[in-house]
Parts: sequence; structure tokens; C-alpha cells
Amino acid sequence: MGIIAAMMLFPIVVTFTNSLMTEGEIDHNYNLIGKMINTAAGEKNGYVNLKLIPDWLSFGQYAGVLVRKPIFLQMFWNSVLMVTPIIVGQVLVASLAAYAFAKLRFWGRDKLFIMYLMTMLMPFQVTLVPNYIIVEKLGLMNTTSAIIVPGIFNAFGVFMLRQFILHIPSSYIEAAKMDGAGNLRVFYKIIVPLIKPGIAALIVLLFVDNWNMVEQPLIFLGDSFKQPLSLYLSRINEGDRGVAFAAAALYMAPMVLLFLYAESYFVEGIQLSGIKG
Amino acid sequence: MEGKRIRSKLFKLLCKDWAVASLFLAPSLIGFAIFYLIPFVMGVLYSFQDSTVDGSFVGLDNYNELLASGSFRKAATNTFLFTGVSVPFIVALSLLFALLLNQKLFIRNWLQTAFVLPLVVPVASIVMMWQILFDWNGTVNLWMESMHIERIDWMKSNWSMGVLIIVYIWKNIGYNIILFLAGLQSIPKDYYETADIEGAGRFHKLIHITLVYVTPTMFFVILMSIINSFKVFRETYLIAGDYPHDRIYMLQHYMNNMFLSLDIQKLTAAATLMVGCILISVTVMLSIERRFRQFMD
Repeated sequence: MGIIAAMMLFPIVVTFTNSLMTEGEIDHNYNLIGKMINTAAGEKNGYVNLKLIPDWLSFGQYAGVLVRKPIFLQMFWNSVLMVTPIIVGQVLVASLAAYAFAKLRFWGRDKLFIMYLMTMLMPFQVTLVPNYIIVEKLGLMNTTSAIIVPGIFNAFGVFMLRQFILHIPSSYIEAAKMDGAGNLRVFYKIIVPLIKPGIAALIVLLFVDNWNMVEQPLIFLGDSFKQPLSLYLSRINEGDRGVAFAAAALYMAPMVLLFLYAESYFVEGIQLSGIKG
Repeated sequence: MEGKRIRSKLFKLLCKDWAVASLFLAPSLIGFAIFYLIPFVMGVLYSFQDSTVDGSFVGLDNYNELLASGSFRKAATNTFLFTGVSVPFIVALSLLFALLLNQKLFIRNWLQTAFVLPLVVPVASIVMMWQILFDWNGTVNLWMESMHIERIDWMKSNWSMGVLIIVYIWKNIGYNIILFLAGLQSIPKDYYETADIEGAGRFHKLIHITLVYVTPTMFFVILMSIINSFKVFRETYLIAGDYPHDRIYMLQHYMNNMFLSLDIQKLTAAATLMVGCILISVTVMLSIERRFRQFMD
């Protein structure tokens, strides 16, 4: 069990330790990637040299990324500017809708909710064309809004927060209504404080998913200066290996830190999404 | 007279609830309709037309053309194969690990963290590691040589799907383990105590208590695993680009490439077919689950 857990951590640890090697060491170790070596010719060292411990401890790669590649910071910032509004927007929109789905009765509620669920299951490519047309009609093409606005309305937040709200006893709400509170007041005074762990979990899960975005920016952002880091990294990997590990480490650091800080919320969020309401 | 009054009262009630509900629902529903529901319906309509602008209805022509296309068949087969192999595999593996983790291990929390951490690591950050491990000159081949096994060109042979399955399991197993652990912990302890009194062995308890009561969780795990199996496209794309080796050319590659070559008809037909398959498999799973629940009660 321990060995398997170590294998799970291996790629992450290697990325961090390799990010502390000198750029020269990285080039030396990994310059064989993607090259065909004629083994028949008796090439002896025909393999890359995966090393865990750096020979020389250095922040050279980080300096390389941050100083010589200003575009890296720009794209890191692009990622932040895309993910933050999605999280804020989805938490607001989804918590309201989740309350309606969990505690209000109205005609067609369950059918509508199933439609929400269905879109959650579909790969992005399925609605690619109509989405493209709509984004173009709204004049959002090639702007980050083309990614942010649809991201806000993703059904996932509604689904997850509904699960949390279902667990709140309806008697709380009835008691508040007896005392003359309206639905908005109930929502704001009772529901929101009680689902704070759910909102925290949603924030973590949304951050994970959107920080990782690949498909949407690929289609909607032709202008590479607006793209998030996820796309840029795949290009850096092919070219300049010397700084690639530092770039990768910097990209995963916010996620890993957030995760270690909020692991219990993260786990709770996943567990509650699995319990049927 | 009486019936009419009841009906008008009902109507008022309906209106009132709708008014309140729509206040809460409106922001979400408007965006949902514009960016998900309407696009989805439009996509299905396009798949039956010959053009997206003023197209006329052509029935199943697009579908016939699609099914005749070699690259679509390749993509569909690969996607089907990948999901069909990797999902049962990851479900079995994660259940096994969850059972082991459910024991009282003193480093349990640490182990759980190790399994879940890959879930939050961005795909792009780790792609380079996969390249280093599975390249022709990569580390895995080095290890294999030290064991005197012939080296394999992992990403450019039929083995590439194997690599993808490993990447998929690495990334998603933590999610399933968390779900299974929650399922295992919700089984009442006295079931096991009763079984102990009756002298049941460990194997007996595993089969007749644990596996039976963890089955509802398993349905959800399978569902999530299928959904996540589609997301492996991200890894494939970042490792191997638009046109990877034939074995790992997925439906999403096909759809992306149709989009870039502006073949919207084939794209929407493929999308509709994929949705159809997802819907069928989800419906089948849910009906099996319902039957299972009746059997449990």
C-alpha cells in the first residue's frame, strides 16, 4: 500500500525536485526525449536520465521562467483572471438555483433538474458547434468572456450544492417562515451559513477543474496571448526543456497548496456528491 | 363549481411557487438555457441538416456518411474500447484500495492524501513526466532493459492505450476511493457484529455484507468513471497533439478535427451519437440500480 502510494506521488515529487536542478542538468538529462536513437549502431546511453536528487541545487529554472519568459507570468495571470470570475459567479448563481431545486416545489422541477444533470455528463465537444455560434453572436469570440460566462452556468455547482441543501432539515425553514421570514431571508440567514462547507468544497473543486482547462481556450481563444497556462505549458515542453519543470511546478503549486490546506472540504465535497438525496 | 374553485386555487398556488422559484432559478436557468440547453438542441438539429446556415432537412444522410468514415469508426472504437477496459479496471482497483484503507492503519490519512493528490494536479504540469517515462528513450524502457525486456515505443504503438489507462487510473483513482470509503463507512457496524456472533468468516462477511451494501455506491462510481474516462482527452491531446497514434485517436479528437476542418455536419452527427450512447448507458445503469434497490428492500 505504501509502495503504491509512493508511486502515486512519484510524478509530483519528481517535478518539484527537478525544478531545482540547473537548466544545464535538465538539458543534459532529458535531451533524448522525442529523438530516435539508432540502437543497432551500438548507442550505449540511449536513455534519458531520470533523477530524483539534483546534483546542484539551483533556482536557475525559476529565474529562467520568471525573468526570461515574461509571457509565463502573463499566462499565469490569464489563468487567474479566468478562474476567479467563474468561481465567484458559479457560487452565486448555483447556490440560488440549488435552493430552488432542493427546497421549493414547482411544476417541472425534477425534469428540469435531470436536464441539468445530463449536460453535466456530456463532453465539451458535444455542444461545441452551437456554443461557437452563440459565442460569436454574443460578440464574445476571442475574449476571455467566451470561457468565463459559460463556465459560470455549468450545472456542476447546482448539483453539488443541492446535495448539501437537501441535508438541511426542512423544519428549520418552516420555523423561520412561521416567524415571518420570506424565502430570500431564509436563504440568506439559514441556508447560506449552513452550506458554508459545501461552498468551500465547491470552490476547491471548481478551482481544480478550471485551472486545468484545455478544450475551451483551445477553441475560443485564437490569440495566444490570452490563453491560460495549461496550453502554454504543452508548448514549453516541446521546446525549452530547461525551464519546463519550474513552469510545471509553478503551475501546480497553487492547486497542491490549496488542496493540502482544504483537503477535508475537498473530500467532503466528493463524498456528498455521491450520496443520493 | 367546486372543481373550478379548486382548480383556480391550484393555479394560484402554482403561480406563487413558480414566482418564488423563478426568482431563485432565473439567473442560473437563463445562462443554462443559452449556453447548454439551446446549444444542445441546436446541435441535434444540425445533425439532420445539410448546412448550419439555412440548411434543409436531409434525414440520416449525415449519419450514413459518418458511419462510412474510417476515422470516425476508428475514433468510436477506441473510445468504446478505452472506456470498456479502463472503467471496470479502475472500479475494481479503487474498491480494493478502499477496502485496505478502511482498516485501521496508522498512516491512513497520509495514504489517502497520496491517492487523492493527483486529482488536483493540472494535466499540463504532469504531461512532461509521462513523456519522460514513456518515450522511446524513456525511463520505463530503461527499467525494462535492465530486466532484459525488449524496449517498446509506448506512445507510437498499440501500447499507447495502455499508457493512457495508467494515466487515467493515476489521475482518477483517488476520487473513486473517497466515494467507496464513504460507502464502506456507512455500513452499520452491527451487521458485522451479528455476523461475528453467527461465526461468519472474513470472506463470508466481505461477500455477503460489504459487497452487497457497497453496491449502490458502486453505481455512482461507475457513472463518474465513465464521465471521467472522456476527460482523458486532455492528457492525450497534451501528450500527442491533434493526430496521435491510431490506437488513441478518440472521439473528441475526431470532433475537434471536424470542427477545425469545418465539417459541422459530421461533427454534430458524431456528437449526437455520443450523447445517445451516454444516455443509453446511464439509463441502463439507473434501471439496474433501481432493481437492485428493490431487491435490497
